[in-house]
Amino acid sequence: MRSRQILVSVLVLLTLVVSACAGAQAPAAPAAGEKAAPAAEKATPTAEKFTYEDEWGVVVVPKGDPIRLGFVAGLSGAGIDVLGIDEQRGAELAVKDKPEVLGFPVELQVEDAQCSAEGGQTVANKLVADPQIVAVVGHMCSSSCTPASDIYNQNHYTMVSPSCTAPSLTAPETHKPIFFRTAWNDKIQGPAAAKFAYEKLGVRKVATIHDGSPYAEQLGQEFAKAFEKLGGKIVAREAVNVGDTDMRPVLTRIKAANPDMIYWSGFVAEGAYIAVQRADVDMQNVIMMGADGIRAKAFIEAAGDAAEGVYASAASPASAGPGMEAFLKAYKETYGEEPTAPFHAHAYDATMMILNAIEKVGKVDPDGNLHIGRKALRDAIANTKDFQGLTGTISCDANGDCGVGAVAISKVENGKWVVVSE
Amino acid sequence: MQQLRGRRFSVTDLAIWGIGALIATAAIVGTIATLREGLYSPSDWVSFFIFGLAQGAVYALIALGYTLVYGILFMINFAHGEIFMSGAYIGYFVARAFDRSGFLDNHPIPALAIIFLVAMSVSVSLAVALERIAYRPLRRAPRLVPLITAIGASLFLQYSFRGLFGTSIKVYPDVRILKGSWKLGGITVLRIHVIVFVCAVLMMAGLYWLVQRTKMGKAMRAVAEDRDAAALMGIDVDRVIVNTFIVGGALAGAGGVLFALYNKQVIHTMGFIPGIKAFTAAVLGGIGNIPGAMFGGLFLGIFESIGPPLFFTGLGIPSPNQLKDVIAFSMLVLVLIFRPTGLFGEVLTEKKA
Repeated sequence: MRSRQILVSVLVLLTLVVSACAGAQAPAAPAAGEKAAPAAEKATPTAEKFTYEDEWGVVVVPKGDPIRLGFVAGLSGAGIDVLGIDEQRGAELAVKDKPEVLGFPVELQVEDAQCSAEGGQTVANKLVADPQIVAVVGHMCSSSCTPASDIYNQNHYTMVSPSCTAPSLTAPETHKPIFFRTAWNDKIQGPAAAKFAYEKLGVRKVATIHDGSPYAEQLGQEFAKAFEKLGGKIVAREAVNVGDTDMRPVLTRIKAANPDMIYWSGFVAEGAYIAVQRADVDMQNVIMMGADGIRAKAFIEAAGDAAEGVYASAASPASAGPGMEAFLKAYKETYGEEPTAPFHAHAYDATMMILNAIEKVGKVDPDGNLHIGRKALRDAIANTKDFQGLTGTISCDANGDCGVGAVAISKVENGKWVVVSE
Repeated sequence: MQQLRGRRFSVTDLAIWGIGALIATAAIVGTIATLREGLYSPSDWVSFFIFGLAQGAVYALIALGYTLVYGILFMINFAHGEIFMSGAYIGYFVARAFDRSGFLDNHPIPALAIIFLVAMSVSVSLAVALERIAYRPLRRAPRLVPLITAIGASLFLQYSFRGLFGTSIKVYPDVRILKGSWKLGGITVLRIHVIVFVCAVLMMAGLYWLVQRTKMGKAMRAVAEDRDAAALMGIDVDRVIVNTFIVGGALAGAGGVLFALYNKQVIHTMGFIPGIKAFTAAVLGGIGNIPGAMFGGLFLGIFESIGPPLFFTGLGIPSPNQLKDVIAFSMLVLVLIFRPTGLFGEVLTEKKA
């Protein structure tokens, strides 16, 4: 009986605390969104009339509050987190380099969308429910970007993805006007990999494997298209599921087609299974090539000795802008290790692009509140031209492709990724 | 009259049979077409079969845990996949320590024995704790309650491991004596596959002996038959239930280490898919039935490996391996349509059902 009384009183207390918190937040809420502009006008009847209108609505950041950006990546999951945490560090370093915009501090709200369509949808819905989120850096995986871009589009939130590379995201017929990316389009990465395989490796027969995600499937297709154009032959097109562990049946199937090379367009975990299990079906001498999805330290850790000699494509360091060296130094000082995956600089650039655009379109009213028009922000990002980013000189095209297209091929040598062709 | 109509000519019954027949026909047509095409050599088929046996043996080990608990408590212990995962995880830490000290390379057999023992004992403790904390207080609750608790426990364990050990992939060290392969008349058989299969079969034989030949097994069978009557005969029901969890946990822990020895990677979510597959295997074989779970596991493993190339290649379906899970679950549907109690299942009495 006594314990029940305690329980009830704890519950009552909790309710009180929660309602108090809700009460404290309530006045801030109407300040947000479209309706806020007239409210701001009323507050300053004597001062000169401040108007700021935007077709898509205005975010009002009250004086003293931070400008809040969403940051979305895959921060958990087998072989996914290494890519996501690397991006998060890039974005954090960008905020560290530009901690203030128009006198307002910048804050990242970090969200984990894993690498799935469901995760992307959940996080996008969560972020659009918060009217104070100005724009989104992310998401990380094309599977997550695809549904998220739809939700952001309906709610007029602009997103700049550091690593969603699927061609469909910026194809004219499917591109959402709020979607931008600092990563390359896989229409560039696929052919670059194909060219390297055909010309430098002298490979003629290739088997492609993808994991059913939009990124992997489309990249595999782009590679196959380009490879066939060069005169090579795709002897098998296979697919596995994310989370599969036994690749031996697929590899046995592929072996029947006798390829010179396996092109894997997915991520670390399944990629490592393929690399390791090649030997189990006597295919250890067949070259394996992957893409940015596996060009991470985690792949070498997961595949061990079997990783030796595996190729992967990723952003070329040759195109890097002048700030890259200082950035890498700051990265190492802050986090105590070298970058673990390919997209840290792209995340830095994506964050910087958004902050620069806010700087251009944001206006401070006489009361010291910051107004940011959503459409104006989107247009400012779309008009990014010759922006000196870490990954190179960034200009956005009409379909949201802002990435610098240079691709370099790396190879695992003695347990390290080494660039072999730029 | 009414009963007749209800029993034989219901439209849903016909539709379900139709679906079953359709799946079966597609499988047969696909098989014939594939065999005619002749893309795979006979040795390829044998390889597929062996891959399936090894995978199926692990499924069977997990499925036994589901079936044992169901046989006695009539509940589905959905946290069982996480017990399997915990075995693989703990095995990893021991194996890595042994690998660094060189013990694993110099004395592989005692090292492997210790890895198995430690992993199994941790899995057993987890399983017993689970029973004591999450299931025993709910013994008299409606059947849905422990089911939901089990799902909660499963998530709790998964995220505890994530919190404790991080989300990065852990990789088992190579064990030299497990590497390599044997050639048997033109067919390469991986040593690890043989070892996984033999270990699993030995453990299953041990379990069968335990249940059929020992006093503890007798008590387990008695409780499964009728819990109240068993209690009246002087059997300590709680003790028997704990024993069941001990046996199930040990098998899952060993299964986890075996799985990790031949697949290498360990991650906190690794228990989910094998758990679901093993549950499918248990239902396939007839849940509550021990030989059924063994057979169901092997059957499912083999079908998953042979099925995609056999059924889909001939039908011209691209990248059939992606449809592996479709085969697993279609098989479940087929079995449940034509034999609702599973392949080995008995007709459930009013009391058990």
